Amino acid sequence: MKGLLGKKVGMTHLYAESGEQIPVTVVEAGPCTVIKAISKAEDGTGYNALQLGFGSRKKKNVSKPVLGQFKGTELAENPPATIREIRLADAPEQEKGDVLTAEIFEKDEYVDVVGWTKGRGFQGVVKRWNFGGGRASHGGDWTRKPGSIGMCEFPGKVYKGRKMPGHMGNVRRTVQNLQIVQVRGEDNLLLIKGAIPGPNGRDVIIRKAIKK
Amino acid sequence: MNPVIDKINKEQERTDLPEVCIGDTIKVNLRIVEGDKERIQLFQGTVIARDGSSVNESITVRRVSYGIGIERVLPLHSPKIDSIEVVNRGDVRRAKLYYLRDRVGKSARIKTKIGK
Repeated sequence: MKGLLGKKVGMTHLYAESGEQIPVTVVEAGPCTVIKAISKAEDGTGYNALQLGFGSRKKKNVSKPVLGQFKGTELAENPPATIREIRLADAPEQEKGDVLTAEIFEKDEYVDVVGWTKGRGFQGVVKRWNFGGGRASHGGDWTRKPGSIGMCEFPGKVYKGRKMPGHMGNVRRTVQNLQIVQVRGEDNLLLIKGAIPGPNGRDVIIRKAIKK
Repeated sequence: MNPVIDKINKEQERTDLPEVCIGDTIKVNLRIVEGDKERIQLFQGTVIARDGSSVNESITVRRVSYGIGIERVLPLHSPKIDSIEVVNRGDVRRAKLYYLRDRVGKSARIKTKIGK
C-alpha cells in the first residue's frame, strides 16, 4: 500500500501510437513530507500509517499545536496546507521528514483516487435523483416537483431514505482502478486515465488500487 | 487554460504539417491498419471547417465521390495522419463552408486564391 496527496489540475488527452485518444486527468501529486510514521508494532496504535503534508500555507495561519508536529523538519518554516493520513498494510519504511514524490508510482500501475465532488448546492429531485417530473402541457401542474412521497393513513409516515430535494455534491468519493498513463517526475505530475471527482484545483488522495 | 496542461498539449502538437486554411483543397495521407498490416490511404477534398485549438484541433474535409458527399473529421495532431499536401488554396469569405452541402456542380466550386 502506498499513497500520495495531490491536487487535480485538469483534463486533456494523449495520443497513443495507434492514433487512439486516451483521456487523462493531470494530477499534481506530491512532493509530500512525512509528518509522522505510525507503526503498529512500535507505537501500539493498532494500525500502520503515514501522516503526510502537501502544499504550503503561511506560518502565521497555522496554530501552534499543529506547528509543533513539524518540529525537526523543514515544514516548521513552511507548513503544509493539507495534512492527511494514509493507511498502510505494513509498517512504514519512511521516517519523519522524508519526502515522497510522484515517482513512487510507475507507468501502467493501477490506483484508486479519492476526491471531493463538485458542490452543487440545494438541488431539486430532478437534478439530484433523476426524477422525471411532470408534464409541461395538458394541465400538468407539477413540472419539476417530486409528486407523492408516500401512502395514506397506513403507514402514516414517510419512509426513511425517501429521495427528496437537498444538498448535492461536495461529498467524498473514490474512483477505483484507474490506470497511470504517464509519470512526470520532474514536474511531480501523474497522468491518470479517465476522470476523477471534484473541480480543478481540489485536493485528492492517490492510493495504490486495492482490487488489482 | 492551465499552464501545466498547456505544456502537455504543446508537446503533442505536430509541427511537420503544412498550414491548412478553410477552402483549401488538400490531400491527406491516412495510416490505415488492416489486420497487422499498415497502409496509406489517400483522401482528397476541401477543408470546410476547423474546430478546436491546440491538440484538440480538427478539420472537416469534404469530397464528392460518385455523386455522394463524404465528410471526414480529422484530428489535426493525430499520429494517424501521415502527411498533408495542399493542392489548391481557396479564396473564401466564411469560416465554415457548410453551404457547399446544398450545392452540386458548378456552384459548388471555390475560387482559387491568387497571390499566395
